[in-house]
Amino acid sequence: MSKQRVIVIGGGLAGLAATMKMAELGMSVLVVSFLPVKRSHSVCAQGGINGAVNIKGEGDSPDIHFYDTVKGGDFLAHQPLCKDMCHEAPYIINLMDRLGVTFNRTPEGNLDFRRFGGTLYHRTAFAGATTGQQLLYALDEQVRHFEVQGLVEKMEWHEYLGAVLNDDGRCVGAVIHNLRSGEIKAEKGDAVILATGGPGLVYGRSTNSMVCTGTAVTSAYLQGAKYGNGEFIQIHPSAIPGRDKLRLMSESARGEGGRVWVPRKAGDSRKPKEIPEKERFYFLEERYPLFGNLVPRDVGAREIYDICVNDKLGVHGEMKVYLDLTHHTREFLDHRLGGILEIYEKFTGVDPREEPMEIFPAVHYSMGGIWTDYTRTDEGLIDHQSPNNQMTSITGLYAAGEADYQYHGGNRLGANSLLSCIYTGLMMSPGVLNYINNLPEAAEDIPASVYSASVKKWQESYANIKSMNGKENPYALHREMAEEMISNVLIVRENSKLKSTLDKIDEFESRWKNIKCVDTSDWSNPVPSFINQLWNMIQLSKIITKGALLRDEFRGSHYKPEFDLHQPDDFRPETYLEFEKQKEDGQIKEDEFSPDHLAYMKRFSKNNIKWLKTTIATYRNGGPEISYEAVDTSLIDPRPRKYD
Amino acid sequence: MPDTVTFKIKRQDTETSGSYWETFIIPYIPNSNVISCLMDIQANPVNAKGEEVAPVVWESNCLEEVCGACTMLINGKVHQSCSALVDKLEKPIRLEPMSKFPVVRDLTVDRSRMFDALKKVQAWVAADGYHDLGPGDRLSQSHQETAYKLSECMTCGCCVEACPQYSSDNNFLGAAAISQTRLFNMHPTAKNIADERLDTLMQEGGIADCGNAQNCVEACPKSIPLTESIAEMGRQVSGKLWRNIFKA
Repeated sequence: MSKQRVIVIGGGLAGLAATMKMAELGMSVLVVSFLPVKRSHSVCAQGGINGAVNIKGEGDSPDIHFYDTVKGGDFLAHQPLCKDMCHEAPYIINLMDRLGVTFNRTPEGNLDFRRFGGTLYHRTAFAGATTGQQLLYALDEQVRHFEVQGLVEKMEWHEYLGAVLNDDGRCVGAVIHNLRSGEIKAEKGDAVILATGGPGLVYGRSTNSMVCTGTAVTSAYLQGAKYGNGEFIQIHPSAIPGRDKLRLMSESARGEGGRVWVPRKAGDSRKPKEIPEKERFYFLEERYPLFGNLVPRDVGAREIYDICVNDKLGVHGEMKVYLDLTHHTREFLDHRLGGILEIYEKFTGVDPREEPMEIFPAVHYSMGGIWTDYTRTDEGLIDHQSPNNQMTSITGLYAAGEADYQYHGGNRLGANSLLSCIYTGLMMSPGVLNYINNLPEAAEDIPASVYSASVKKWQESYANIKSMNGKENPYALHREMAEEMISNVLIVRENSKLKSTLDKIDEFESRWKNIKCVDTSDWSNPVPSFINQLWNMIQLSKIITKGALLRDEFRGSHYKPEFDLHQPDDFRPETYLEFEKQKEDGQIKEDEFSPDHLAYMKRFSKNNIKWLKTTIATYRNGGPEISYEAVDTSLIDPRPRKYD
Repeated sequence: MPDTVTFKIKRQDTETSGSYWETFIIPYIPNSNVISCLMDIQANPVNAKGEEVAPVVWESNCLEEVCGACTMLINGKVHQSCSALVDKLEKPIRLEPMSKFPVVRDLTVDRSRMFDALKKVQAWVAADGYHDLGPGDRLSQSHQETAYKLSECMTCGCCVEACPQYSSDNNFLGAAAISQTRLFNMHPTAKNIADERLDTLMQEGGIADCGNAQNCVEACPKSIPLTESIAEMGRQVSGKLWRNIFKA
């Protein structure tokens, strides 16, 4: 058989972790990236990476990490994958340390760990406040080393357009667009991995980078791959407003003791430092005495919304709250949070070491993504040799990192994304190679005619885009679409608005056809690519919005007040476990529970039977057809979440 | 408050075509940075003469000064355009591509030379494998502080743009790559090949090409102590020279 190779699309943490692992195993890898991989969106991750190394002697363990992750995701994540990931996490942190990541240290020289949202343990390793950047650089360096050795080839300034499928529907390569010459051609590959990150640009301004359009996974969806849990979009509680993007203010600011508050008096016009302590409302600390400012992001974002919109206590009457670090010394802050405080200061002109920051919630992460498979072991871990791991519903087409869907359920815990990205890249690699080793033929030996049809299709598609001469400016149309998504498919969701947004999206789709390609030149022209990406963003916005419309419940980041089950204030989750046990034993002793608890548990149980399922979107007749699939919840019994 | 902001942008259609200046006048919006203004031009690509033109092409990604992509000359000074705030800039605002690299189109340049330099200086830890080999070495907090600062380099090119020695006619490695040799020569395992890195620095285009103008450290957006790094590597290179003499 001829020499085989894998094509990795995307050079962030997931893509580079897979690249270096497969190269280590002797496989040739072609990395395709929009930009030099060192500039990938992973650099924006700030606060850290989770792993239960238990440096602080708190009794932390991978199983507690697993529990926090599953609970944080409101039980929608696939448990064997989460368990395996959390068990691999300490090793992954050690590995990244060996590879030169400049993690912060304890006085004794061990890795230091800090707290993050949704856990009570110090579990987050960090390199200042630019941990994602530091992790990415370490992987970038490893991959560069393999490049010099000839095992890895990089095609930077190239974009993925679609998979090449053979007659059996198996992925045998990718159609690649050279962003400088404009040339569109096929690259042969025995497997293709989409490690292309999230879709923040569907919402226009988010904490995401400019390449995060979700276009590659949407392309896979349009080719028949299933898309999972699209409606689960994480809104991060703390970002800095900006005209071009909403810059993240890391959760680590709260992990290091940052306090969120608003003036108790609506419209208080005093400067924050002039407002005395007793006139400040530390609403997260008051409402969640146990987790305080470190509630998970879905909870935090909802509370900020509630305090600003319902209670009208937002700073200056706007959708903003204070995030206050001024009780710490400058030295402490510079050492542990320098990177993010510099960002705040550079972009707002205010020194957050002296003045409380003004922050507000912003679109941050997609828990959903392209559907991928896995093979579990009897112990509830993952069989790392299985070719199914991370494979999409198109044979030979894989996905990793934020592009996939199954690790974070309904809400991702902070500092679990860097983990899931590196974990998926490393974990999947042996299975991908097993898949390749058992193929009947190498892609290299597949006739050129299989590829030329795909190439021709895309060449025609781009020629058509270039000839578009309508009235709509693609960038202006994108802004309008994003406004619609921001207005109606964000923290609080209502069916009537979701319905009208779906109609609006159809209008955007019609208007897309009336676009003018504002640059028709051949050389280094980003406009045709953007028009194609915009089409895909329109398709993806349908997946998100329709999934949200049909899911009539409140789970994780997907909040519909109409379907809130209203957990009684004094309810404890253990009560529900007892209730479920009695149900299994055949009889619920109803008089053992208070009536409001009992009624709540019945509502909760009924809701889970109906909705504790993965949303699957499949492309049919020009839009998503929604169906539901079971989630593996065999290791930790689903129960109501509680953080106070 | 002004009603409009004027941009004078140096444009170039292809790698080989000549450059030309084009003026854009866009509505003033508070809290703008250079990138948000370029986005406004994209959404309404009409120049000051009222002609519809191709939108300006630039490179960007993170928009929060951690990826390095959007570096350009702003009023003649090299900087990331994402963190260049319109209110703080003299008007009209002049945008040009970096001058030390081949222009791809408009404000986009090809910085491959910087990434090639990272290959030359072997800026990596040569690992035995990616399996579980336990934790890395214990390191002091002061070691971490020094290494972290050096490791923040995003290969943006500000240092070499500002450097009088770095030019298209020579093959000087530049401050960024030299500083990376310092980072890896202080890492507990990457320093195993410290001598090989010093050999590279002793070759043509190496540390001897530094003219000590100290512009690099001024230009670095991350305040990386580049001149300190160059001095440190100078010491390491001299040390090796002496060792070579005694060995001979």
